[in-house]
Amino acid sequence: MREINVDIITKAVEKLCIDANYYLPQDVKEALEKAVKKEESPLGKEILNDILKNQDIARKDDVPICQDTGLAVVFLELGQDVRLVGGDLNEAINKGVSLGYTNGYLRKSSVDDPFIERKNTGDNTPAIIHTTIVKGDKVKIVVAPKGGGSENMSSLAMLKPSDGIEGIKKFVINTVENAGSNPCPPIIVGIGIGGTIEKTTLLAKKSLLRNIGEHNINPKVAQLEKELLEEINNLGIGPQGFGGRMTALAVNIETFPAHIASMPVAINIQCHAARHQEVLI
Amino acid sequence: MTKRVNTPLTDETVTGLQSGDRVLLNGYIYTGRDAAHKRLVDMLNRGEKLPLELEGQVIYYVGPCPAKPGKVIGSAGPTTSGRMDAYAPLLMEKGLKGMIGKGLRNKDVVDSIIKNKAVYFAAIGGAGALLAESIKEAEVIAFPELGPEAIYKLKVENFPVTVIIDFEGNDLYKTGKEQYKK
Repeated sequence: MREINVDIITKAVEKLCIDANYYLPQDVKEALEKAVKKEESPLGKEILNDILKNQDIARKDDVPICQDTGLAVVFLELGQDVRLVGGDLNEAINKGVSLGYTNGYLRKSSVDDPFIERKNTGDNTPAIIHTTIVKGDKVKIVVAPKGGGSENMSSLAMLKPSDGIEGIKKFVINTVENAGSNPCPPIIVGIGIGGTIEKTTLLAKKSLLRNIGEHNINPKVAQLEKELLEEINNLGIGPQGFGGRMTALAVNIETFPAHIASMPVAINIQCHAARHQEVLI
Repeated sequence: MTKRVNTPLTDETVTGLQSGDRVLLNGYIYTGRDAAHKRLVDMLNRGEKLPLELEGQVIYYVGPCPAKPGKVIGSAGPTTSGRMDAYAPLLMEKGLKGMIGKGLRNKDVVDSIIKNKAVYFAAIGGAGALLAESIKEAEVIAFPELGPEAIYKLKVENFPVTVIIDFEGNDLYKTGKEQYKK
């Protein structure tokens, strides 16, 4: 057994919260640079250039890319040969979030209940924590801050198996079209298909961590990703919804076996500030 | 085309702006999002005096990040405007001339924009670091207990926005999409 003190996890989470909010991942930056070249609308090109300029300023000045620094979504892969010592794991993660959002001058966007008083918790806790036990003696932590604007445009449908690929496509296209300018296009469309209601939603969320340009290893799923991306970019919504070609930078699909009666589909929309950072301890 | 516009807005300025124009705003604007809007409308309904004079003013739908030491304000990009649709028409009735946000508005808001000769601008969502550079002063003038949702008075210089819905109700979100739909 390898012992890891939870203080190390607190410090790692603090740094990941700050870094994720200041520094846009390289693959997203490159995808935006390609989008400028492909965009047909002159106004759309200007907007994409401003978005690129924005992430340069954030990186250079160490400030948040977007004022919506999100709820802190934390994915933890805990090696089964690790023994955590020194305190409670979830408390350690939340302490890291609190420190990161305070010391990094990030916005605190968490309210303590969803529909009664909605009082701000003051330190952006609690984090949304997803823990998986894996082989080995390492701990992998991913922090993916998720803003409200794009999350609010996400959707879930319990489709019938007979709806088939056409049913999936119709649901995705309708969701993106109805979202329009709201989720800050160009967007990344994360899709989960299969499993149960919570499984498919988590697949959609996790798919957003994939590097832009990478496709699902199943060629049929990869084909659906490519077809959906093309159809979405034919909608005309464009950067910020001002009209144009670049409505989405990527469509990422993850699948899981399903019940004989079910074909759940979850769509998690991600704005162009597709922020995530990870560390392996 | 890019136009320079000073706040507060007049009928003359507003009627000179067309859907699709890029605009650089100069002068003072006020921030306000969900919680502040609810309070303003509750105060109006109770007949109370508001903490700001609405006549000709522009409200920016934003909840900024805290300012780092030496900075005026933290990152400050727009939030989704649709959540303010329930409150915007009453504020326009009381003199509000401009709104800055991002995303779709409902029919009540469009009708009120036409009726009151107002304008809906979009700033670039997710460009909070860039937009903060055009904010030169920031002062909380109401509801400090709301934290990022407090009302700030901002002094802006060449703050970049795009006219989405003009005083005639033309909507760039519709016309732009039609133009590029395949």
